[in-house]
Amino acid sequence: MSTRLAKNGRLIDRSKQIEFTFNGKRMKGYAGDTLASALLANDQMMVGRSFKYHRPRGLVAAGPEEPNALVGLGTGDRFEPNQRATTTELFSGLSAQSQNHWPSLDFDVLAINNKLGRFLTAGFYYKMFIHPRPLWKHVYEPIIRQSAGLGKAPDKELKDADTYEHFYFFADVLVIGGGVAGLQAAKVAAQSGAKVLLLEQHNYWGGRAPVDGGTIEGMEPGAWVEKTLEELRGMDNVTLRDRCMGAGVYDHGYALGYERLTDHAPGQGGPRHRLWRIRASQIVTATGAIERPLSFAGNDIPGVMLAASMRDYAVNWGVTPGQKVVVATNNDDAYRTAIAMHGAGVEVVRVLDTRDSGGGSLMEEVRALGIRVECGRAIAKVKGSKRVTGVAICAQNGEGGAQEEVEADAVAMSGGWSPVVHLWSHCGGKLIWDEAHANFRPDPERPPLGADGNGFVIAAGAANGAAGLADALHDAQTAGEAAANAAGFTPKVGDAPAAEAPEENAMEAVWLMPAKADIKLRMKTWLDYQNDVKVSDVQLAAREGFESVEHTKRYTTLGMATDQGKLSNINGLAILADSLGSEIPQVGTTTFRPPYHPISMGAIGGEARGEIFQPLRKTPMYDWHDSNGADWEPVGQWRRPFAYVRSGESLHDAVNREVKNTRDNLGLLDASTLGKLVVKGPDAGKFLDMMYTNMMSTLKPGKCRYGLMCSENGFLIDDGVVARIDEDTWLCHTTTGGAERIHGHMEEWLQTEWWDWKVYVANVTEQLAQVAVVGPNARKVLEKLNEKAGGGMDLSKEALPFMEWRDGEIGGFKARAYRISFSGELSYEIAVAASDGLAFWTALMEAGQEFGVMPYGTECLHILRAEKGFIMIGDETDGTVIPQDLGLNWALSKKKEDFLGKRAHSRSHMADPDRWQLVGLETVDGSVLPDGAYAVGNGVNANGQKNTIGRVTSTYYSSNLGRGIAMGLVKHGPSRMGEVIEFPGTDGKIYKAKIVDQVFYDKEGEKQNV
Amino acid sequence: MSDPVSAMNGAKFSGLAQVEDSGLQGMITLRGDLASDTLKAAVKAATGADVPASGHVSLSAEGGVAWMSPDELLLLVPYEVVDAKVVDLAEALKGEHALAVNVSDARGVFRLSGDGAREVLAKICPVDMSAEAFKPGQFRRTRMAQVAAAFWLDDDGAFHIVCFRSVAAYVFNLLSVSAHPQSKVGVY
Repeated sequence: MSTRLAKNGRLIDRSKQIEFTFNGKRMKGYAGDTLASALLANDQMMVGRSFKYHRPRGLVAAGPEEPNALVGLGTGDRFEPNQRATTTELFSGLSAQSQNHWPSLDFDVLAINNKLGRFLTAGFYYKMFIHPRPLWKHVYEPIIRQSAGLGKAPDKELKDADTYEHFYFFADVLVIGGGVAGLQAAKVAAQSGAKVLLLEQHNYWGGRAPVDGGTIEGMEPGAWVEKTLEELRGMDNVTLRDRCMGAGVYDHGYALGYERLTDHAPGQGGPRHRLWRIRASQIVTATGAIERPLSFAGNDIPGVMLAASMRDYAVNWGVTPGQKVVVATNNDDAYRTAIAMHGAGVEVVRVLDTRDSGGGSLMEEVRALGIRVECGRAIAKVKGSKRVTGVAICAQNGEGGAQEEVEADAVAMSGGWSPVVHLWSHCGGKLIWDEAHANFRPDPERPPLGADGNGFVIAAGAANGAAGLADALHDAQTAGEAAANAAGFTPKVGDAPAAEAPEENAMEAVWLMPAKADIKLRMKTWLDYQNDVKVSDVQLAAREGFESVEHTKRYTTLGMATDQGKLSNINGLAILADSLGSEIPQVGTTTFRPPYHPISMGAIGGEARGEIFQPLRKTPMYDWHDSNGADWEPVGQWRRPFAYVRSGESLHDAVNREVKNTRDNLGLLDASTLGKLVVKGPDAGKFLDMMYTNMMSTLKPGKCRYGLMCSENGFLIDDGVVARIDEDTWLCHTTTGGAERIHGHMEEWLQTEWWDWKVYVANVTEQLAQVAVVGPNARKVLEKLNEKAGGGMDLSKEALPFMEWRDGEIGGFKARAYRISFSGELSYEIAVAASDGLAFWTALMEAGQEFGVMPYGTECLHILRAEKGFIMIGDETDGTVIPQDLGLNWALSKKKEDFLGKRAHSRSHMADPDRWQLVGLETVDGSVLPDGAYAVGNGVNANGQKNTIGRVTSTYYSSNLGRGIAMGLVKHGPSRMGEVIEFPGTDGKIYKAKIVDQVFYDKEGEKQNV
Repeated sequence: MSDPVSAMNGAKFSGLAQVEDSGLQGMITLRGDLASDTLKAAVKAATGADVPASGHVSLSAEGGVAWMSPDELLLLVPYEVVDAKVVDLAEALKGEHALAVNVSDARGVFRLSGDGAREVLAKICPVDMSAEAFKPGQFRRTRMAQVAAAFWLDDDGAFHIVCFRSVAAYVFNLLSVSAHPQSKVGVY
């Protein structure tokens, strides 16, 4: 059984007991435990079931490479699926659930898949479910997703209870990994004066060294780590962060750090995760190495564990997965596990070393402890289902005929070590195959390159393929010096700290155990635990012609699970290479992509949630609108009132009321969001003549003109009223969504094409609050305001005629008044300082009471303009429409030599008489046409669909006319007046509409001209 | 009648740092040839401060000048006199190609002070906020989470943040969330 040992456990505090639950069962651990070590202490060997065959699975590793122990963590609004038990620090009240089983972990119905294993080989789903096609989406996929799949998604009705944030940080040298190599590299770089940031993913420093032993500068590694940390903490130019994983390396020395602040203490307040967004001149990856499993039959049975992880559990947390351990290895390092387990009081039944000549001094040490070591031997298969019960032993160089069976409840395996090259590789660092150590390591000649063509990542220590303590420290010394140098500092060149560790014999590459294992064994030999990929699957893929490692990966799903193949990739591609009769370096690796280990979506989103999920732009009158019934409509990032709903009213009622009232009495519109661009300079007139299709240079100061803007391709991009302020100053109104876009458009032409024209543009949109005062009583309310203030600007028809503007005071407010109308009514648009906006609006509302004032929203605005047949950018235009389509030829200057879009308009397609043209549409029965509906004509197109001859661009119910009105673009529309055309709706009905003039209301324009 | 109010109307938050609406600040966007002696003199007359080097602000007793781009300055003057200053500038710059326009009401202005101020900004701006990198007198146009913003650091260690008025509430909330009392990073 797995249990807590009487001794050991350098990371736990036995005086602090912690309670937690696993699948509802109450368990106990100690402060300093991970969830994984605590589960082992409670004899919870089985932690989940596999993805495809639902086989029982236990802990294989002790770190982020763990493939099996994924749990659902927390409950309610703190529930999170797929959390690794090995990277989860234990806390009081922790609640974890195992995943991927039904109905329970112990008894799983779908484990029947295990018996069907010979049918569920690689590519099974592709082959089985490809026909008939429609069944995939509607039948097969939902069932497969139900039976496979990992954790459950959190409840969609609940919001994550935690908060997150980002943090930007800049360093000369970023060191990722706080093992002895990282510490040494950081120290060397820091001593040069460079600003150093050192990240460590765990909550403890030193990496493997304190477990693996040896001495550094005559000290135990743990003591050296403490001493070095003290030195680093004493340096002002060093920042140390633990619980902070280097997640990704990107172009230009950009890197992400994933700091887990409260995962170990949920609910303590403050952000849960912090995403460090780092810019570094140089990045040192001291990310260590990961042990590889051995590929033997039954290597997935709970109790089979990586050798180094087994001793981590014993040394760091004082737990053991079993009482009788068999060690299988192809290298010397696993002997450390035999020594550690023996030292912890666990019986080591056998060490099976695949090498005929065995190991070096560590093997001798093991033998001296009385442990039986057999060389040239291997595991034929592991016995057991929910946990290991025994091991069949055979010759490594055979087919697996068992020569002996021993009783055991745990197996430690070591297939050698793979440097963690992920961060080196993220941004293009290349690898070389190291024959002696049978691993890929960073090729120092081909690092990721920065903007200057030089490398900006340096690998150090075990991550660089350095084997052994002394080599790793020496490599780290060199890396620290190189990083400081490349960052522009002068490192103090010195010797790496002297380290001593036992000499080790060469390892032997073992990709299959035993070397000639038969098919029965290979079908129970797992490569990828999480995605249930076996040796036989990869061999099948190779036989079926999947020669590229990337194709094999996708066909078999090798390395595609949440652990991204940390354990399986090298073993899998070695099998592939063997099957293809190729060499491992020729087959190569799959691509390493960030993040190194999954990071939370919350960390990526950072602070952007709730009120600050995205910026909402508010006008100065926003709060007034909000407390007066505004039903908000998003217009870009602005929020504008769609209508002001009164109690007892529907939204539709409110719109109709506002439409009628504005025509009959007085309406107020908050028009502050309209873009306002000041254009000034000796060449401003010339410039605006290029920007607009019509002539702006001839406009007289004090007057306004409606203008159209086209892109250089001739399409209509914006419209609005332009006012000439003085000899060389114009003020251009844009649409609400156009302010920033048109400002950028103007600047682009001024900066890239007409850089020698003397024109300056300033965006003053937000400087001004603008109110449209609209309706028959518009003048009265403004005059009343002036009266109350004891005077103000003359707003009479004579003093301020239509399409003119004046500066002055209205009601005591400094104001600019424009006589412009987008509604066909008597209308003034009054601009005041934004800081006066609310006061001015309130004054208008008060003074307007006797004149029947009501505020109106954007829907009323739209209806009023549609009644008048005025176009709206974004409704009548969609990026494919030119002014000629809208009957706006009058606004295309014939006098001007050029304007943006002019040449495009002469192209044959633009001048095509078959282009759809703007008309009014009146339903025969008075109903409202569906928005965007297409009109159908005779015949069918090449696809057998009915030919379309037009579409609806704007459609509303007009309460003034008591019927639906619409505008649309129709082929040959203006010459088909009176004709009735058909619009099939998506509701199955056919809407019939008559083609009419688009001006539905006050065709003579008498109402605005009073 | 006119009683102008700033976008956040005196709002305050206190956490890792103090966030305060600075109230109304007179501001003028001035575009022109920054090397012109006429322009330099006009700027000095309007603000009492000199045209700053790029990336800097120069402050005087009654105002200041911030460098916005190679042909744009932001002049800081008392809110009450901004219209008069615009008129004076136009007069002084007659004959020069220049544009001076009042943008006082187009902005939200905040003061961010206290020990945590640098860390608060470093959470939302891609700027090196370390004391070695960002010093008093520096002025930075940048991104504050999802919106444009600019700030300078004064001699008393307080940051002055300028954003667009329409997003003043977003920026105030952003600063307040980032100044959550339990979110200290501990590096500055």
